[in-house]
Amino acid sequence: MSVAVELRHISKRFPGVIANKDVSIKVETGTVHALVGENGAGKSTVMKILYGMQRPDSGEILVNGNNVNFKNPNDAIGAGIGMVHQHFMLADNFTVLENIVLGSEPKNGITIDFKTARAKVIEMATQYGLEIDPDVLVEELGVGQRQRVEILKVLFRGARILIFDEPTAVLVPQEVDDLFAALEGLRAQGMAVIFISHKLDEVLRVADEVTVVRQGSTVAQVKSKDVTARQLAELMVGSELPQPSTSTHFQRPEITLALKDVSIPTKTGSRDLISHISFDLHAGEVIGIAGVEGNGQAELIEAIMGLREYTGSVEFQGASIDHFTVAHRHDAGIGLIPEDRQRQALMMNSPLWENRILGHQRGAPVMNGFVLDKKATIASTAKIMQEFDVRAPGPQTLAAALSGGNQQKFIVGREMSKAPALLLASHPTRGVDVGAQGAIWEVLRAARENGMAIVLISADLEELIGMSDRLLVMLRGVITAELDPATTTPEQLGSAMTGAA
Amino acid sequence: MSQLKLGRFSATNIALAVIAPAAAAIFSIIVSSLAVIASKKSPIDAYKTMWEFGTESASLMEAVNTATPYYIAAIAIAVTFRAGLFNIGVEGQLRLGALFSCYLGAMFVLPPVLHVAVVFIIAMVFGGLWASIAAYLKVKRGVNEVISTIMLNALAGGLSAYLLAQHFVVFEEGSNNLQTKELPASGQIPDLMPLLRKIGIEDQPGGGVYGMFFVAVALGLIFWFVVNRTRFGFELRATGLNPIAARVSGVNSKKMTVLALVISGAIAGLAGLPEVLGQTHAYDLGFRAGIGFSAIAVALLGRNSAGGMAFSALLFGFLEVSSRSLELIDVAPETYVIMQGSILLSSVIAFEIVRRLKLTLQSKELAKVVAA
Repeated sequence: MSVAVELRHISKRFPGVIANKDVSIKVETGTVHALVGENGAGKSTVMKILYGMQRPDSGEILVNGNNVNFKNPNDAIGAGIGMVHQHFMLADNFTVLENIVLGSEPKNGITIDFKTARAKVIEMATQYGLEIDPDVLVEELGVGQRQRVEILKVLFRGARILIFDEPTAVLVPQEVDDLFAALEGLRAQGMAVIFISHKLDEVLRVADEVTVVRQGSTVAQVKSKDVTARQLAELMVGSELPQPSTSTHFQRPEITLALKDVSIPTKTGSRDLISHISFDLHAGEVIGIAGVEGNGQAELIEAIMGLREYTGSVEFQGASIDHFTVAHRHDAGIGLIPEDRQRQALMMNSPLWENRILGHQRGAPVMNGFVLDKKATIASTAKIMQEFDVRAPGPQTLAAALSGGNQQKFIVGREMSKAPALLLASHPTRGVDVGAQGAIWEVLRAARENGMAIVLISADLEELIGMSDRLLVMLRGVITAELDPATTTPEQLGSAMTGAA
Repeated sequence: MSQLKLGRFSATNIALAVIAPAAAAIFSIIVSSLAVIASKKSPIDAYKTMWEFGTESASLMEAVNTATPYYIAAIAIAVTFRAGLFNIGVEGQLRLGALFSCYLGAMFVLPPVLHVAVVFIIAMVFGGLWASIAAYLKVKRGVNEVISTIMLNALAGGLSAYLLAQHFVVFEEGSNNLQTKELPASGQIPDLMPLLRKIGIEDQPGGGVYGMFFVAVALGLIFWFVVNRTRFGFELRATGLNPIAARVSGVNSKKMTVLALVISGAIAGLAGLPEVLGQTHAYDLGFRAGIGFSAIAVALLGRNSAGGMAFSALLFGFLEVSSRSLELIDVAPETYVIMQGSILLSSVIAFEIVRRLKLTLQSKELAKVVAA
């Protein structure tokens, strides 16, 4: 076996994330090599450097033994490196084949040679175990199949070294199995696969070797058969892996939130975005909404928060809040952790203390009547930063300067600071490192013991099962099942989410 | 002490705040000099002439008088910029505000201060009403406010010319100027000569500084306070910085759009008044055109901040007045337009560079904190 890629002593300073310093990785051909680390540890930067999106300040990159200097991703593609992004970049209204050739079309004079392309794609698909119908429109495909198209696209460009950026984050368990089977195929064909993930059990299942990144540096490179998940976690954070479990119930008799027949009709008259949703949520209870992304969970949260018009009725602490504005709902004691923190919850170019105000601008401690109490706001921001371990120099730091995990901790802290009676939490630990994840779970658990009700949405099925008292499964805008988390495995939940069960 | 290192008044921040405008100034001086050289004159002579003429007290007073309406109009524009909108229709709003306040204000006599206050209110109402058309179109019909306010400018120009010529005009003996009836003395604002004389400034043929100067200063202070220190100001800025997050936080975005545009129009209504109330005492054909457009540059250069816009309004006023002297040495006085443009362009670039520098510095500091 030969070395496909080697990074030697790479260092990089880059706005917004921790500097990479002295990163060294050696990936052999015909292996799957996992790169693990806390969020903000610098995994993404390493991969961006390898893919030519960032240039290192120092250090060298060797591809198949040759020293390379990538100016942009095209150089990397030219050297046989391909990247399968976490967020797919496909044209929905193109067929699979058209998407695969897009940007590197084989030409037949001036027309695109679809015949050759088709033959090549079908050959690749069989060879690597990535079977797919080349003539179906991408918009008709599920997430797992879209990912296949992305992989084929990269292979079509002649990549021999494939980088997968958190590929399982968007998949349900069955799709993960398919992906891993495909990775086996790639490995068998002598490809080098670099697999970025923070899910350690998956890493151990699929990878031959694991490199651990901590605080911008590579701290260990180990064979996966020689380590346990716990040992990896300790390498990543130097502490124990937290568990998302709410062992006992703290449910109280009073009902915090009651949905009665809530629907969001579309203007075009097609299928409702969510349809006839009803449930009661008690104080001290956590209800988990499971579902593949795009099945109405986000819209449900928006309806409860008043961000979308709905039919039916939402009651909060025994009274209808249907006529409440978004601001009213905030002030009545509903906290919100939106799913997309940068778009929905932060002003990136403003200091943290101003971000502290967002959503809380109608009362103490940040407002004194209609006038801003800057001193109290800064003090309160500092307190949140301390309690939630937001790693930043101070309240004057711009939100954009923080890593994603620290931004998330700040947002959770901001919402918890008003001690809401109800928390709507969309992916509260998405992109957060293991340590911070445990801390956030701990906070939510404590608040729940004190009577806070939580509506939890998460793509992390273990988090959903571990944190929830009840699980509702949403499929195409409808609640299709109610499960008891105590007796549900992630595989069962995944089946229910795709409608397979 | 890393906590304090990037505080507002840290050494780094002050250095960054000084470097940006200085670099921009040097760049724009280079560009303007090239323009002067192109007309085969010495830039040094040109600047010397401008400086000598511009710093005479009559010129300085005129510069302040030029700057006053710029500043008020710039505040009007900044209100919308801060909310992520762009009211390009200040020109039309201030014209209608001035026309109606002169026409209606000349119909009655009130005690002095009260009369002026009523004239102000009339100007604000008409400026605000004109802007509210754009607000309505934006909120109810989704029409981009840039497009609608540009078109409302054209309408305001035509409408004011028609109203003046056909309905509001009074003819003066021996004059072919069209103008509204002269405002009674109680509706006029005296200039600041009495005050200036006290600090040893002599009377000048051009007249003194308009009394509206103080109104502009007060508006600047109010603008600063409201934008930076009130809930409304926060919601306005949040809407501009991240409209989605603002909505999620409970800001009613439609209401904010309407408020920002109408308040902007109301302030714009005042921007036509300094000259009218201080000097001509009537709306006439000579009403100064282009205030609303120059004010866009003033707001941009001043970064929509009260202090920054005051500086840039005064700078533009000074350049505009002092550049007239360029004719004395056969340089086109329009050179100042090139100066204005190059100052604006270079400062926009310089501020962006500083913003990125700041972010990089913070990130480095952050890396240190996290590593510690």
